[in-house]
Amino acid sequence: MRELSAILAIAQRDFVKLLRDRARIISDFAFPLLLVGFLGPALQAGFGSAGGLDLQAFVFTGVLAQTVWQSSALGVVSLIADRDEDFSQEIFVSPISRYSIVAGKILGESLVAMPQAGAILGVGLLLGIKLSPAVLLLLVPVIALVAVFGAAFGILILSNIGSQRTANQIFPFIMLPQFFLAGVINPLHNLPWFLEILSRISPMRYAVDLVRNVYYGFEPSAVPAEASTAPANLAVIGVMLVVFVLVGTARFVRSERNR
Amino acid sequence: MIHVENLVKRYRKAKQNAVDGVSFDVGGGEFFALLGPNGAGKTTTISILTTTLTPTSGRAAIGGRDIVAQASAVRREVGIIFQRPSLDLNLTAEENVRLHAILYGLYPYAPAYRLMAPGYRNQVHELAALLDLEGEIFAPVRTFSGGMRRKLEIVRSLIHQPKVLFLDEPSAGLDAPTRRTLWDHLATVRRERGTTVFLTTHYLEEAEQADRICVIDHGRVVEEGSPAALKAKLTRETLVVDAPDRAALAGELALLGFAAQGDGPFEFGLGGRTVHAVLRSIETPLTLVQTHAPSLEDAYLAIVGRADA
Repeated sequence: MRELSAILAIAQRDFVKLLRDRARIISDFAFPLLLVGFLGPALQAGFGSAGGLDLQAFVFTGVLAQTVWQSSALGVVSLIADRDEDFSQEIFVSPISRYSIVAGKILGESLVAMPQAGAILGVGLLLGIKLSPAVLLLLVPVIALVAVFGAAFGILILSNIGSQRTANQIFPFIMLPQFFLAGVINPLHNLPWFLEILSRISPMRYAVDLVRNVYYGFEPSAVPAEASTAPANLAVIGVMLVVFVLVGTARFVRSERNR
Repeated sequence: MIHVENLVKRYRKAKQNAVDGVSFDVGGGEFFALLGPNGAGKTTTISILTTTLTPTSGRAAIGGRDIVAQASAVRREVGIIFQRPSLDLNLTAEENVRLHAILYGLYPYAPAYRLMAPGYRNQVHELAALLDLEGEIFAPVRTFSGGMRRKLEIVRSLIHQPKVLFLDEPSAGLDAPTRRTLWDHLATVRRERGTTVFLTTHYLEEAEQADRICVIDHGRVVEEGSPAALKAKLTRETLVVDAPDRAALAGELALLGFAAQGDGPFEFGLGGRTVHAVLRSIETPLTLVQTHAPSLEDAYLAIVGRADA
């Protein structure tokens, strides 16, 4: 009960922090909205008819998954900034389990990603992307899973870096390649073999593909937009999620104390 | 209350031990000061004692509980004021306090102040009155002055009634009136609750208010005792003498009962005798006579310098 209370309190703190940080809200929302609002329609206008795929919807689903996944991953890594700066000293000396701290952070950052998902869905509706009630309903648990999956990936990264500076330096190298390898704005068919391998080990790929499983399950396209089936994606996400959380948390807890 | 035995900490990739075999004991209700220059190992020691850092070797216990094996129990017994402020500036004062109360298991989680247990709300009102913050308790901490933040941190660190309060250079960056308020408040807390206070500082004036001072440098304890004892020991008036025939002088000084070490010039305490009496009792012709009466600050610098040598 006490640990659960602590998890909820830590999660709420993350969410409240987002709501009060206007600069962060703008920067968190601007980039995905630009991609969905400008890139998708532009690609559709330029190439859409050539490929037989609605690129607007394709970019929309990709950016939706990528934004949620990346937001919660980056959010969890902010735990290290907390430690460097000020506040989490207070959390780390409190008598709660380190695992509860990580759980609270995963929950909190997953919640933080939700308003972003909502904003992207809103823009999608404005752009006339076909979002039936069934798709929206099914997207809720899937987006939640993608957020938790991203947060788990964040824990794994967190457990392997020492400072926010390192995090800022390596994050582009971890995130940008995945942006392309996961097929956020580019289809993954007929990749050269080495890119195929890299793509398959990119966790973000499965998050993006699962969201597309939902969307294209209800709005089938002439050309296949997804790389794998929903059960296959769910299975990979399940395994990665468990491994990331267990390995990441164990490593983080140990490295925290054995500096 | 606090027992530390041969504590050693070497950070990863470090060439030297940050804490190098430190031992001391602090009694219940005592005001203990760990005094030392920057980089002496004070914060490392406090981090180990508050369980956020694992020692490389040695052991320590708080209230009889081992800081490694029973870390969680230890955390419940201690409160900490960090060197750098640890308030969440995005939250209000009340939200900071609420998070602390929930983390320490005092009250179950509720998403808003109104939904928290009545006991909690009463406590917040008392705290606000104590801090003179009735108007601002629901304002973001970002709008608080440095002194108000420090005060809020202290009050927050005490709401779970810790047996030991650790203060890691708490007055760094505070102006004189705020420092005074802080110390007055701490004195009240000690008087009313009998809380053990463990202070680290590099300000001698601050350490002088403690019951006992432990001087640490380069990770080692170099002196320990009450401020009065340390003062008596360290600020003793000394006499420095030298002679062409140093062997004869050394022998004579030993005979007179003065503990003069080294090969000369010889420095020794006067042991309550006057300089005049001591000089009269020495037969060996002297070429150098100096008296020396250091201040406590001189003494502290000397201790720290000695460790450097």
